[in-house]
Amino acid sequence: MIKYLLVFVAVLGIGWILWQLGVEFQTAQELNPLASEYVRGSTSDLNMPNAVTAVVVSYRGLDTLGEVTVLFLATAGIGFLLKRRKRSAGLEIDDTDGAANVPVCDESALAGLEFDATGTTDPQNNLSNSLGSLSNSAVKTRTEGSEILKTGANMLVPMIVVLGIYIFTHGHLSPGGGFQGGVVIASGILMLIMAETRFHLSHLLLHISESLSGLAYVAMGLAGLILLGVDHFLDPRYLLAGQFLALFSAGAVPVIYSLIGIKVGSELASVLASIQHEGEEL
Amino acid sequence: MILLITGMLLILAGIWAILVKKDIIRMIIGFTVVDTGVHLLIVAIGYVKGGTAPIIDRAVSTADASFAGMQAISKVVDPVPSALVLTAIVIGLAVTGLMLAYAVRLNKATGSTNIDDHEEQKW
Amino acid sequence: MFETITLIFLGLISVAAAIFAIYTRRVVSAVIASGVISLSASIMFLLAAAPDVAMTEATIGAGLTTVIFLYALKHIRSSREGRDD
Repeated sequence: MIKYLLVFVAVLGIGWILWQLGVEFQTAQELNPLASEYVRGSTSDLNMPNAVTAVVVSYRGLDTLGEVTVLFLATAGIGFLLKRRKRSAGLEIDDTDGAANVPVCDESALAGLEFDATGTTDPQNNLSNSLGSLSNSAVKTRTEGSEILKTGANMLVPMIVVLGIYIFTHGHLSPGGGFQGGVVIASGILMLIMAETRFHLSHLLLHISESLSGLAYVAMGLAGLILLGVDHFLDPRYLLAGQFLALFSAGAVPVIYSLIGIKVGSELASVLASIQHEGEEL
Repeated sequence: MILLITGMLLILAGIWAILVKKDIIRMIIGFTVVDTGVHLLIVAIGYVKGGTAPIIDRAVSTADASFAGMQAISKVVDPVPSALVLTAIVIGLAVTGLMLAYAVRLNKATGSTNIDDHEEQKW
Repeated sequence: MFETITLIFLGLISVAAAIFAIYTRRVVSAVIASGVISLSASIMFLLAAAPDVAMTEATIGAGLTTVIFLYALKHIRSSREGRDD
């Protein structure tokens, strides 16, 4: 009970601090000078309509580089923690049944995981399971995804990937950009992982695309340093500014944002794959 | 203003969950709730009354001080908090994944994600 | 006016979902509730004129975070069952 009291006092203290911050807050009536300078500069200097992309890619480009580095470190940490054993190691792990080295998926325990269950149950009882009737049969082996899921994945995954590419190539014109496009591509790959159990994502390919796009991102920043002079790191103006509202405009911004999109997409896909395949053999 | 209050309440609820709950999964859920609250707070700070999205469909040069150009700029929300929150959300996903990977590993090593079962880590 | 009412409604939903996520007994329900928080927060971002943030929050907060939580829960559950038997 004394612990609850201490926690209550701590939360109350944080609430008091937040209240002090918020009580004087008033919604701004107009932009502050820095922000209006950014908004004006994004249209006049960088020649693109989306000011958020201008801030992310160009004005605060160094922050974005650091953010991508943090993302890479977190992905590396997940890959380190959730290693997949080699088949030749011969280590029998205690959490799987010896006969089938696959995660045991108990339907009654996972009643809430409907959409995941559709990826792991038999085609014939999949519909009844996803409708909520709890069958007690524990699915011991990881079977194929259901027919609906597989057909839907075959149709939808190319469209999802194209949508992701559209989002990150048009990041300077419309809402969206590398981060959103990368996440959309990663969710398409997630659908593929759920539908096709035989589908094994090549981690080598993901690592190559991720590190090449990261390298190219830094190289694009260094090109600004070389072509435009000192203190122009990640300045995109060394490519042609183009016509306002055209796809190939705003200098190097679409290129940089596409590279960020590929990098984020492959990193998140490898996170999803390593969490999903945790404990399985290669 | 509503965003600000909602963000503060979410931060408090998440901190309560982090401090009170014993299960590590519940604590991670608390962390994601705090994340969302902080994002709401930052976006609320950047909001301008009656503002529109910071996407401008006509070029406004620095020398152009015409009324229409100034109006197009002054009715726009602050892009800097949006950009910061954009990157913070992606980092939040990666950090959540890292915490969950740690929880899965801990469960595999000791068979429990309850912090009461890990007394040797206590100081 | 309409925006204000919608914002209040969404704020109430997200705070209620946060309290539900803390005090529900089932972990899966708590995960889904945190997805609901992210989804209503993304609509609030959209109403606060930040469409970029709204897109990111909807795809990441409500989509991928929930999926990662559910996968981790699946592994934790399955290893517990193997141990208890």
